[in-house]
Amino acid sequence: MSTVRRRLVPYFLLGPGTIWLVVFFVVPLYYMFKLSLETGLVGSLEFSWHWANYSDALSLYHSQLIRSFVYAGIATLVSLLLAYPLAYAIAFKAGRWRNLMLFAVVAPFFTTYLIRTIAWETILGDQSPVTEFMNAIGLAPGGKVLATGFAVIAGLTYNFLPFMILPIYASLERVDVRLIEAAKDLYASATQSFLRVTLPLSAPGIVAGVLLTFIPAAGDYVNAQFLGGVGNRMIGNVIQSLYLSQSNYPSAAALSFVLMALIMIAVVIYIRFAGSEALMGEEAQ
Amino acid sequence: MAETQDQTQSVVLDGVTKRFDSFVAVDDLSLELSRGEFFTLLGPSGCGKTTTLRMIAGFERPSAGEIRIEGDDVAALPPHKRPTNTVFQSYALFPHLSVEANVAFGLKRKKVGKDEIAERVATELKRVGLAADANRRPSQLSGGMQQRVALARALVNLPKVLLLDEPLGALDLKLRKGLQVELKRIQREVGITFVYVTHDQEEALTMSDRIAVMNHGRVEQVAVPEEVYDRPSTTFVAGFIGVSNLMPASVAGTGQVRLDQGQTIATSTAGFAEGQRCHAVVRPEKLRVELLDGAGGTDADQTRVEGIVESSLYLGTATQIAVDLGGGVRMTVLIPNADEAERQRLPGGGARVALSWEPEHMHIVSESPNGEGAQEKQDLETTREVDANA
Repeated sequence: MSTVRRRLVPYFLLGPGTIWLVVFFVVPLYYMFKLSLETGLVGSLEFSWHWANYSDALSLYHSQLIRSFVYAGIATLVSLLLAYPLAYAIAFKAGRWRNLMLFAVVAPFFTTYLIRTIAWETILGDQSPVTEFMNAIGLAPGGKVLATGFAVIAGLTYNFLPFMILPIYASLERVDVRLIEAAKDLYASATQSFLRVTLPLSAPGIVAGVLLTFIPAAGDYVNAQFLGGVGNRMIGNVIQSLYLSQSNYPSAAALSFVLMALIMIAVVIYIRFAGSEALMGEEAQ
Repeated sequence: MAETQDQTQSVVLDGVTKRFDSFVAVDDLSLELSRGEFFTLLGPSGCGKTTTLRMIAGFERPSAGEIRIEGDDVAALPPHKRPTNTVFQSYALFPHLSVEANVAFGLKRKKVGKDEIAERVATELKRVGLAADANRRPSQLSGGMQQRVALARALVNLPKVLLLDEPLGALDLKLRKGLQVELKRIQREVGITFVYVTHDQEEALTMSDRIAVMNHGRVEQVAVPEEVYDRPSTTFVAGFIGVSNLMPASVAGTGQVRLDQGQTIATSTAGFAEGQRCHAVVRPEKLRVELLDGAGGTDADQTRVEGIVESSLYLGTATQIAVDLGGGVRMTVLIPNADEAERQRLPGGGARVALSWEPEHMHIVSESPNGEGAQEKQDLETTREVDANA
């Protein structure tokens, strides 16, 4: 009796999460998928296995798809380059300032994402001191920063940076400093002990940070809408406008599935690579 | 630099002091270690032994003084440029690397050839009995095996000095005993100077060629194990090594010591002035105990004191009897349980007894210049608690 109950406990614990996932993920996904194969306009949609929605979406919007991945990729890389030294400093050098610095990392979340992005619209505006300064040092050709790809990537980087910092910090913070001492005791210079010990041990944080930054950045439309121009539209903007302006639900749904599939492919390739011994720091024998 | 350098010297510490802010961890320490010696730094926690080891390894810079390894002043060298390797208390094995890669780590940094690395790593793993586990991760190994990997990882580099920071501290007693013997065997085999840090006096006595007993950042005695045990130079050393039987006394004249309990005993008083206060030490296993019934104890035997049995503890191989001599002086007697009938006749609590010993088993020590160690006091406390419960 009690053994039966004990065996059922895990299922009870899994229950709420499973129900949540089914109601708010699986069911909507099913309806979205159905929608992506329908034809017609709002009010008179008809399910007709219309796979052409997919081929049309790809042929019409492939440039925005590619741009989304390029922007998200650059933003992820820049975030990584900014986040790692910062996370390292917080984990190993901050001392009593550690908590304050961590608070500073998450502080932007106290304001909504949208407001912060709109603030960047002002900061990067044509008359702003930032733009004038960048123009003066030759970084803003034509005196324009806003409505360029640079502005969109900068916005993506800014908005998703904390998602890169926090997991890297978490993995660095767990690195046992005695291991670094051991590396130095075994003739490794400071650089070598970083490359051979600290970096490999923080790899899980880098993998998590890259995923947490790249995935939302690739599907983002807010940054491109406020900071980009006509030529900087990302796939998120297309989906948004298909849904909200053009009421072309089937195309929007098909495009969403294309995006989802591409992101999943990218993630699987990345994890296979990142999970390999090479990135985990196994020394080649 | 090395004008007076003796060819047999390995590590030389000359007036080394280490201060952390106002705290003096190591105070004007001078030691000379011979090549191939198993040298132990023994003392309670906080006595400065680990700080000393870390200064030899290069993890701490001395505030003053000089450290030379085979004649070279290493003070300015960072750890990775010193001819030393360390076996850490926590092993500090790299969790992301296999056993083999852990052991090869130092040789790779030294740019040793691939074939030579493979060969030396294999030899070293065989030496510590882990040849079959080369491809496993440290997390898949037991504590004792991890300790062997740590040892192999250090030894494979053939350092001039191997530093061991309580390497057996985390292991259970049986494993520790086995590894003590093995460590000693390996040390003889490779002939490398070992500097071994421990707070375990038994471990120190078993393994060392010489022991430096440390207290409050200073060395109280440097000697071979037998001498540290049989002829401790201070009350601290006497107390830290084994159970202390300290009887307050004063020097009555050349070769004469008067115990506060009344007897005057002939013993060497070299290094002591007449009238100087001191303590007479007799090891617990050197004491004989004899029941006093009625008016006994008036014979002329000089080397005896009288007291009341406080407690008697059965320890398995021996019986430990605590005797109160009065005036706050307690003596511990250890009697081997060789004969059951004899054990049954041993005096119990409350009995009046006489303790006697051969004069050559007693010698006098000076008061420790650095105060009594916290460890010793703690040990006495625990002994008292045990006694109270018995």
